[in-house]
Amino acid sequence: MKLDSKIPDGPLSEKWDRHRFELKLVNPANKKKFKILVVGTGLAGASTSATLAELGYEVETFCIQDSPRRAHSISAQGGINAAKNYQNDGDSIWRLFYDTIKGGDFRSREANVYRLAQVSNNIIDQCVAQGVPFAREYSGMLANRSFGGAQVSRTFYARGQTGQQLLLGAYGALSRQIAAGKVKLFTRRDMLDLVVIDGKARGIIVRNLVSGDLEKYSADAVVLATGGYGNVFYLSTNAMASNVSAAFASYKKGAFFANPCFTQIHPTCIPVKGTYQSKLTLMSESLRNDGRVWVPKTPGDKRLPGQISESERDYYLENKYPGFGNLVPRDVASRNAKNQCDMDKGVGDTQLAVYLDFEDAIKRSGQDVIGKKYGNLFKMYEKITADNPYETPMKIYPAVHYTMGGLWVDYNLMSTIPGLFVLGEANFSDHGSNRLGASALMQGLADGYFIIPYTIGSYLAEAPLGKIDEDHKEFSLSSLEVETRIKKLISIEGGRTVDSFHRELGRILWEYCGMSRNNSGLKKAKKLIRDLRVEYWENVLVGGSEKDFNQSLERAWRVADFLEFGELMVIDALERQESCGGHFNEKYQTDTHEALRDDKHFCHVSAGEFRGDNRKPKFHKEPLTFENVKLTQRSYK
Amino acid sequence: MKQANGDKCIKLKLKVWRQKTQGSKGRFESFKAENISKDMSFLEMLDVVNEKIILSGKPPIAFDHDCREGICGSCGAMVNGRAHGPEKGTTLCQLHMRHFSDGDTVVIEPWRSRAFKVVKDLVVDRSALDKIIQAGGYVSVNTGGVPDGNAIPVPQEIAEKAMDAAECIGCGACAAACPNASVMLFTGAKISQFALLPQGHPEAKKRVLAMVGKMDQLGFGNCTNEKECAAECPKEISIINIARMNREFLKSGLFS
Repeated sequence: MKLDSKIPDGPLSEKWDRHRFELKLVNPANKKKFKILVVGTGLAGASTSATLAELGYEVETFCIQDSPRRAHSISAQGGINAAKNYQNDGDSIWRLFYDTIKGGDFRSREANVYRLAQVSNNIIDQCVAQGVPFAREYSGMLANRSFGGAQVSRTFYARGQTGQQLLLGAYGALSRQIAAGKVKLFTRRDMLDLVVIDGKARGIIVRNLVSGDLEKYSADAVVLATGGYGNVFYLSTNAMASNVSAAFASYKKGAFFANPCFTQIHPTCIPVKGTYQSKLTLMSESLRNDGRVWVPKTPGDKRLPGQISESERDYYLENKYPGFGNLVPRDVASRNAKNQCDMDKGVGDTQLAVYLDFEDAIKRSGQDVIGKKYGNLFKMYEKITADNPYETPMKIYPAVHYTMGGLWVDYNLMSTIPGLFVLGEANFSDHGSNRLGASALMQGLADGYFIIPYTIGSYLAEAPLGKIDEDHKEFSLSSLEVETRIKKLISIEGGRTVDSFHRELGRILWEYCGMSRNNSGLKKAKKLIRDLRVEYWENVLVGGSEKDFNQSLERAWRVADFLEFGELMVIDALERQESCGGHFNEKYQTDTHEALRDDKHFCHVSAGEFRGDNRKPKFHKEPLTFENVKLTQRSYK
Repeated sequence: MKQANGDKCIKLKLKVWRQKTQGSKGRFESFKAENISKDMSFLEMLDVVNEKIILSGKPPIAFDHDCREGICGSCGAMVNGRAHGPEKGTTLCQLHMRHFSDGDTVVIEPWRSRAFKVVKDLVVDRSALDKIIQAGGYVSVNTGGVPDGNAIPVPQEIAEKAMDAAECIGCGACAAACPNASVMLFTGAKISQFALLPQGHPEAKKRVLAMVGKMDQLGFGNCTNEKECAAECPKEISIINIARMNREFLKSGLFS
């Protein structure tokens, strides 16, 4: 199968306009005849549900949590980018496009990224109209700050809770449609399978997490907005319930999984404390605007930070990258932190941390100003660590944060299964091999508010969709498969808990498929994961019953998928014999230890096709063509 | 990874509310929580206890949780009679065990409120909060066709106040802490956000009447100025928001 990205012809800046004109429309009177299932209620899912319902489609929306407002978009801290150029500092759609393409280390599609930059401005307008309380200047105008990987101030924010406020905006819009009877909401539902009939996505199987019942829902199209797979590492900044299962079930039904090895390790997180740790907490990247990253110059220096004089400190980012300093992109900042710790310059109890120091910023601007900008983050840091960042530098270390890989989609956000659309972090499309800060919120809302409403209409107008309902035999088959797998998980009654397997999987991936990878390690990881998977299906202890509110069973299902998906990630990492963005293979690096791409052989999207359990997936290549930007070695010096 | 230091570990006695389903009778069950590092969060302590329960073949304690960084609003329980435990301005997931002492007895109960039915153990049904928002907790604007972001200037001070109110995470602690099971802090916060911002003004009257009406209909009680809600709110949402809601409510009646 040849991957057709369906990128429209014509000049870059006209592609989306032209495409919107060429897309078929659904007669307004006919829209209510089409039913669409939306899985997930984060920024992408909530904005999709609301917008499609406003247009007149019949929408059914599903979320794992007890309320749509709790989706993990709520945790995003720093901000959302837009090319408004309100600051008159040289920004433009073109510059946002270019920064994003370059930040992604030239592994994303020009046309998608350009469209993202174009609609970024509409997003801000939309959110303001919804009453999102963005930060303001004294004039009443919107305030901006700068973020990693950019030299302009284009990030809009609401304190350190931008994701929360944007999500509550979208949740408000969704709630309005629920009240109007246009969206039917199903909470505490976990999508466990995709139902494909005559080659098209026509429904889903979900588990009711309260009763344990399996439920069937049919429709004319399915939208997945189920987020990323960072929790495959066990420890990440993701919420505990974030998982790959809906996407992975779709992969097994024929949706290709693109670039699974592209994972983002965020540089500024609170370091790991102990083995009981369940998750890692991000400290917004915006802190790098004022905080200075440093380690002691002498390896093994265990003195307290206050005892280390200015001349004994190495502000390694400022020294190595004078152009961007502390504002280099995330992958660069993370790798450098790891390198410092590898040189025995790490700080704190575990020696796996670097300092992020606000002393100079407080001296310069005063504690009030810094407190206003970052007060809530400082408070959160103090709660977790019992250290006061106003008085002593923060200790930070990289942690798994975001996954650029995801289900492959074309320009219309449709996967390789017709009728299955994938949005937000769940798809692969816009961030290449490294996402810039404040771009995830932008993409989630772009997909949901401004792209899917056009493209899904064209699909529905064109596809001959026969009438089907939940009585179709594919629903029974799918439901039976799910039931069998659940029963199997419960019946094993082994000697190890789900979490203990998950932790071990996480350790394998962090060690061999994390910030730095090499071929022998990846091969080793592949074997370790396989062995662990075999053990899982012989020795896991789930407990409880299937027809019950059973949180251990919820995790058991997700970990079973992670154990398969982890191997896919490792295989993809092995296939990509180059370094780019977040994928750093030690064999391919420049003299100064930066990621060294191989554009001749790897300037493509790699999309895995499922070919059966325990069979190697087939990787398809979508070549990336760059007509508007020149491929260069990324430099932030 | 180094293990937690022995001297930083404590032992606790837990008394946890167990209830199989919504209709069934509940009871307290005791557990020993041993080798609890002071650096653990409260939920991580429960994880450790649950691992042991699972290995002993018994059903683990069910509790809602997700982001574990104090923003999603999923978690929450009464800990020794206090919503989200003893620390001010803290969700349960951000409460750390360093605030407990070796040998403490810790009583853990689900939110108690007529409108929040127990689903299982510490998990409650908070869909009533969503219903209040559905009644009008938004600006009725469709996607598209809106003016430029800077066409609606908002004075910084107003934006900050709106943000103070908008920080609510919808956890339900306010209703759980209130002797009347009133959810006015939650509702008042949303009404305040839109009463402050110009975007919310066109629908202000309709909104306050609909949301307050829904709140009453769902069985939440009234405010008698106990201020327990604001004292226990993990986001420290101010009681001013209730006053503002009342003002909006009066206004809507006086001038309609």
